[in-house]
Amino acid sequence: MRIELKKRENMSSLFSILSPFIALGLTLIAGVILFVSLGKDPVSALYSFFIEPLTEVWSLHELAIKAAPLILIAVGLSVCYRSNNWNIGAEGQFIIGAMAGSILPVVFHGWESPLMLPLMMIFGMIGGALYAAIPAFLKARLNTNEILTSLMLVYIAQLLLDWTVRGPWRNPEGFNFPETRNFADNAVLPRIIETGKTHWGFGFALIAAIVLWFVMRRMLKGFEISVLGQSARAGRFAGFSDKKMVYFAFLVSGALAGLAGISEVSGAIGQLRPVISPGYGFTAIIVAFLGRLNPLGIVAAGLILALTYLGGEAAQISIGITDKVTRLFQGLLLFFVLGCDTLIHYRIRLVFGAAHKGSAA
Amino acid sequence: MQNQKTETPLLETKGLTKIFGSLRACDEIDLAIAPGEIHALLGENGAGKSTLVKMLFGVLDPSGGEILWKGKPVSIGSPGEARATGVGMVFQHFSLFEALTVAENIALALDGNVAIDRISEEARRLSLEYGLPLDPSAHVADLSVGERQRIEIVRALLQNPELIILDEPTSVLTPQEADKLFETLAKLKAEGRSVLYISHRLEEVQRICDRATVLRHGKVTGACDPRQETPSSLARMMVGGEVAEISGAGLGEPGEMLVEIRKLSAPSRTPFAVALKDIELSVRAGEVVAIAGVAGNGQSELFDVLSGEDQVGDAEAILIRGKPVGRMGITDRRLIGCGFVPEERHGHAAVTEMPLTANLVLSRHTSDRSAFLSGGPLGLINTDAVAKACKRICEIMDVRKSGDDPAAGSLSGGNLQKFIVGRELDRQPVVLVVNQPTWGVDAGAASRIRQALIDLAKAGSAVVVISQDLDEVFEIASRIAVINEGHLSAAEPASTMTRERIGLLMGGFHDGSGHAEVEAAHAH
Repeated sequence: MRIELKKRENMSSLFSILSPFIALGLTLIAGVILFVSLGKDPVSALYSFFIEPLTEVWSLHELAIKAAPLILIAVGLSVCYRSNNWNIGAEGQFIIGAMAGSILPVVFHGWESPLMLPLMMIFGMIGGALYAAIPAFLKARLNTNEILTSLMLVYIAQLLLDWTVRGPWRNPEGFNFPETRNFADNAVLPRIIETGKTHWGFGFALIAAIVLWFVMRRMLKGFEISVLGQSARAGRFAGFSDKKMVYFAFLVSGALAGLAGISEVSGAIGQLRPVISPGYGFTAIIVAFLGRLNPLGIVAAGLILALTYLGGEAAQISIGITDKVTRLFQGLLLFFVLGCDTLIHYRIRLVFGAAHKGSAA
Repeated sequence: MQNQKTETPLLETKGLTKIFGSLRACDEIDLAIAPGEIHALLGENGAGKSTLVKMLFGVLDPSGGEILWKGKPVSIGSPGEARATGVGMVFQHFSLFEALTVAENIALALDGNVAIDRISEEARRLSLEYGLPLDPSAHVADLSVGERQRIEIVRALLQNPELIILDEPTSVLTPQEADKLFETLAKLKAEGRSVLYISHRLEEVQRICDRATVLRHGKVTGACDPRQETPSSLARMMVGGEVAEISGAGLGEPGEMLVEIRKLSAPSRTPFAVALKDIELSVRAGEVVAIAGVAGNGQSELFDVLSGEDQVGDAEAILIRGKPVGRMGITDRRLIGCGFVPEERHGHAAVTEMPLTANLVLSRHTSDRSAFLSGGPLGLINTDAVAKACKRICEIMDVRKSGDDPAAGSLSGGNLQKFIVGRELDRQPVVLVVNQPTWGVDAGAASRIRQALIDLAKAGSAVVVISQDLDEVFEIASRIAVINEGHLSAAEPASTMTRERIGLLMGGFHDGSGHAEVEAAHAH
């Protein structure tokens, strides 16, 4: 017996809208099974995981802070994925962006200028874009697999950051802790509203989502991205260059990941540390797909995935389970999203006996 | 020779039919292969040769008719069953793993578990016996195309088949390699094995084959002894006996020179691509020039360099409206008034998943910038204008579709092709290059498209049509050239061109007309 996926003639448009919700539902059901088998009360566990963080104002701010990098990165990744460029290395671009943006507040400590923050953000974007240019160059020029190269560059970035904050950039007044200086006030991203902690990183995320939504929806550039993603040959016929698109997609997503990196460091952390991301760059991949590669959908998906981070922390405290459960939920969610999408496009067919005809053709 | 007729054929088909949708790819085929003969299966591309042999080798199920093996009806359900029956096959495109050795590749194709050492030994013995020198421990990646083909042949021989099917075996070989192959075939024949030899090369068929069956449009149009025929009589069977009425298509006197190709050469970009060699062609306003030829002789390569999807080093090799465009991209060529219709509709001329309006923007976003785009550098797509143009095209070309703006892939082949041709005609291009305009298109849509091409030329444009369909070529062309292995023959007026002569040119006879026939006929 064999299982075959057969392309559906007509796919249901209703189900392609419902798909992310079905995936969410299945994730919750899997969560119930998980908590029950851990011996916890599933209702109170799920409550503290998914509802409790939404009940207080301060934790809503936390949610926005966590969602900001996810949305920024995922919006950039959606450009990549729509154009058939598989950038898996946003985590690395996030880190290099954070480091490039930190050059001014760390190395030029004490520099006072209104240009400080804008330059930091620009440096961050350039850093992320340049780091993403490496897999882009390798793909366009040498035809290497960008999934591998971009992923491997993540680990290089992580180790580079680790070395930098323990070595050259270590705070001279920091009692040998592996941290840089705290950023001066003029290098800290301001809050959007005075009463809460949400910083401008969330604003950047919303702006990026709206701009890219407009690009994809109305502009020829967005059309070019979709055409090249669906058929490189048709793209060539249209006069679009697939090589240039490799660079475009990687530079845009790298720049947004870099901006996310420096926003996080400047707005939420206030200094560079050996670890500055709980895996935002990877989680953003889930966000991008859960948001159906649509920038506005990604805003919603970013908030949901941010909730899993908060829920993980909350669950750790209130029901005493490991925060690894966060990763688990994220993994489940991606699994169900991809599973639902596949089943919308294909139907499963069981084949009994009989060798596959046409295998020799 | 005479008693062959009375012997029970090794393999015989009676009324073998294969239907794909509404297309009868093979229509009541009767074929008989005697033991110990080399039997040629001749025909143009699309004549049904491959479909027929796929049924014989168990890759496709027949829709009707029967297959007799040594006089008894058999059903061949899979390639494995075909091998067990005694049929071996060498495909045109090899299925070999480059990273593995020769012996490993052979082992993969065998049914059952045999030790690799035994296979190596056996393969070495066979390759020596049949003059197919082959090192079983060599890696496939290091081997030439001819050597790779030998692996496939040895692989087939290991099963000790009584009938070996070779699908266009020489299309990938150099003349020297082909000669070696013919020696092997002679040896197989001497042992009493039969060979079914698929080809469109008349010279080869005359040289090595005892009998020939000719297919055209899925039907048998002739069975003969090729040695008794002339290349021209074979060609006539292949491309249709009746010489169609030649229509000048009501075209006026040709006007100014619009396309000039001078000494255009382009190396092949992939191992399966064809190199273009010294192509010369000129097309004037008001002309339809058709390029005939069997598929895979450089048509798509020629289309790509004409459209600018591939560029040639020498800008002067292609002049359009007097401008050297060899190094210009497709968008710039469109800006000087060219339109292009590639062969493949899905994924080349159109993005299947996208709606028709998006597919209109696909080829005209820059040439119709002022109408379709606004917002200057922002490049906002003007959806209303695009939708209006799309509606206009669908009305003029009578594109039948479901809904206002369905996905391109949901249209039937004919309707999508009408849309794609209409998309270019709507611009009134000065030069239109079309590759296989009516391939796989129903008769109604085909005649509409052909009429539109003629009308465009009448209005003073230059039209280049690359086509395998000779009926079509004669219906619309004012001049005809033939492409063969990357060479293009001189374009001759359709009024003096005959099917016979096209068949000869398609088969690779490049010399002057009558003279080549006589020579070839006397050569054997």
